[in-house]
Amino acid sequence: MRYGGMALLAFVLFGLILLISGTDPIRSYRDLFASTLGSAYGLSEVVVVMTPLLLTALAVALPARIGLINVGGEGQLYMGACLATWGALTFGALPAWLLLPIMVLLGMVGGAVWALIPGVLRARGIVNETISTLLLNSVAPMIVSFFVFGYWHSPMDTNKTAVFSPSARLPTLFGTRIDLGLILGLGLLAVFWLVMRSTRWGLEMRALGGNPQAARLNGIPARRYIVGVMCLAGAVAGLAGMAQVSGYYGVLLANFSRGTGFMGFLVSWLAGGSPIGIVVTSFVVAIILTGGNLLQLTVGVPYSVVNILLAMTLFVVLARPSFTRKRSVP
Amino acid sequence: MSPLALLGVLSSAVFSGTSLLYTTLGEIVGERSGIVNLGLEGVLLVSAASGFSVTSLTGNPYLGVLTAMIAGGLMNMILGYLVLSRKANQLASGLALMFFGFGLSAWIGRGFVGARIVGLPRLALPGSSRLPELYGSLLRFDLLIYLSVPVAVAIWWLLFRTRWGLGVRAVGESPDTAYASGRDPRLLRYQALWLGGMLAGAGAAHLSIAYAMNWTEYMTAGRGFIAIALAIFAKWHPLRAVVGALLFSAAVAFQLLLQSSGIQVSPFLLNTIPYVLTLVVLIAWGGRRRVAAPASLGRVYQGAE
Repeated sequence: MRYGGMALLAFVLFGLILLISGTDPIRSYRDLFASTLGSAYGLSEVVVVMTPLLLTALAVALPARIGLINVGGEGQLYMGACLATWGALTFGALPAWLLLPIMVLLGMVGGAVWALIPGVLRARGIVNETISTLLLNSVAPMIVSFFVFGYWHSPMDTNKTAVFSPSARLPTLFGTRIDLGLILGLGLLAVFWLVMRSTRWGLEMRALGGNPQAARLNGIPARRYIVGVMCLAGAVAGLAGMAQVSGYYGVLLANFSRGTGFMGFLVSWLAGGSPIGIVVTSFVVAIILTGGNLLQLTVGVPYSVVNILLAMTLFVVLARPSFTRKRSVP
Repeated sequence: MSPLALLGVLSSAVFSGTSLLYTTLGEIVGERSGIVNLGLEGVLLVSAASGFSVTSLTGNPYLGVLTAMIAGGLMNMILGYLVLSRKANQLASGLALMFFGFGLSAWIGRGFVGARIVGLPRLALPGSSRLPELYGSLLRFDLLIYLSVPVAVAIWWLLFRTRWGLGVRAVGESPDTAYASGRDPRLLRYQALWLGGMLAGAGAAHLSIAYAMNWTEYMTAGRGFIAIALAIFAKWHPLRAVVGALLFSAAVAFQLLLQSSGIQVSPFLLNTIPYVLTLVVLIAWGGRRRVAAPASLGRVYQGAE
């Protein structure tokens, strides 16, 4: 009851902001939902925005199972995009069936390398992975900018590469802008669910997350798991970066991601790390983000203003009474 | 290198480093009480936007600075409410605050993109009038710059030489122990967050009102995260933060100088210095307990009831 009231509060407060901006909040909300959920096209745009969130959220949920906090999705995503772009620019002449797997692999390697550093540092007990992933987040976009501005930019622009050759683009589905990244995201979430539920790895990871000391005494190689799981998580986030440049944008733009990795952290945290929860939460977040485009077009407020509505919704969920909270894993 | 060029590098380092110093001091105060604020970037943006818009509307930059500081404090109160009163996860709450700041600052600043303001007045360094004209022009700073080092000393004094500071540090190490010795962890953390927010607000005000003198979306460009890195680099000590902030901004200013003498160093690689250096320092410490962070940093305090 109280929870529903607070959710309403978020919408009322944002409505107030719309009202001060000189627009009818009720009509704006109606338009927002009608344009995202009311048409096949609107829905497809929501799914487009949702796709990278699935992957960056999984990159947080996976290490969370063994008690690791990966705040570095943003950086891992950038490194994945960076390496995948190098592949697209270097081997652009190859046919798609060969080039795309290469790019996927490169994207995953880029993200994995970026997560390997925090993984090793944590496994050896040198630096906490929360701090190191956070620091590396800010380094990765600079590396991308270094390559884009210095070497890869197209003759016309300084801040982006030339459009990728058609063979370097992920195929789209159903004649919409939804790309193969969606299938990859959903597929990986399903694999994650299966592995955690019914394999030895899943069991050992749950043991490590539940009681690390007992797990270690039972002979579970904790260090190897820490490094391995961090690398896997980085690879997944790197794949998100690859899908963004190869599917959504078709070019590598400096600073293209404004917090997709961070949003993945929030999604995973809100979903309690459950695969179904991640899909549902990503979808809801994507509705709000897609609505931002509409507000910009019809109401004339800057696109990022929609972050207010998003954050207020997050605040409400974060502030929910603690007895409804299932678990505290991010 | 001529002394004039060196002075130019120092002067520009001071100008770009001041916002970083205030922000780092703010994060240090918060983290000493056990709260890590990942939303610092959002706090800075909201402060920068509100300070700039008030300056633009009233024509009074000092009023703008004051507004920015209050805005910073209020932003941190949101974090405080979530993590202290609602016992929410600190990292998630901080990131949500960051997105809130992205949105709110864009909304506050939407009518002020491209607006022109009278920035914080620059006052000549006493005695610099006797120097040649060119040198004197490099030695004109605004009030926030003159106050930055005294403020750092004041924060050091507050944290390490007062009862309040002892309480804050005690809460940061162990809220339960602090509670047992008669302190109110929640109240102290709220106070530390308010002070930290005001300091971050002052940093943001220097950025938008004195340094850049304009407003653009995302104008802080990662300064919040640099400050978080610097707080670690400074081992959570206000006076080391002064050295850190100056060091990093001097590196960037130095790059401009190198460029003008024909040596090309990528600005993007130089911008990674704060993060890479902090990581290197952390590795050098090697997780030794002696230099470790405030012990309760990032943990939820469940209360002693």
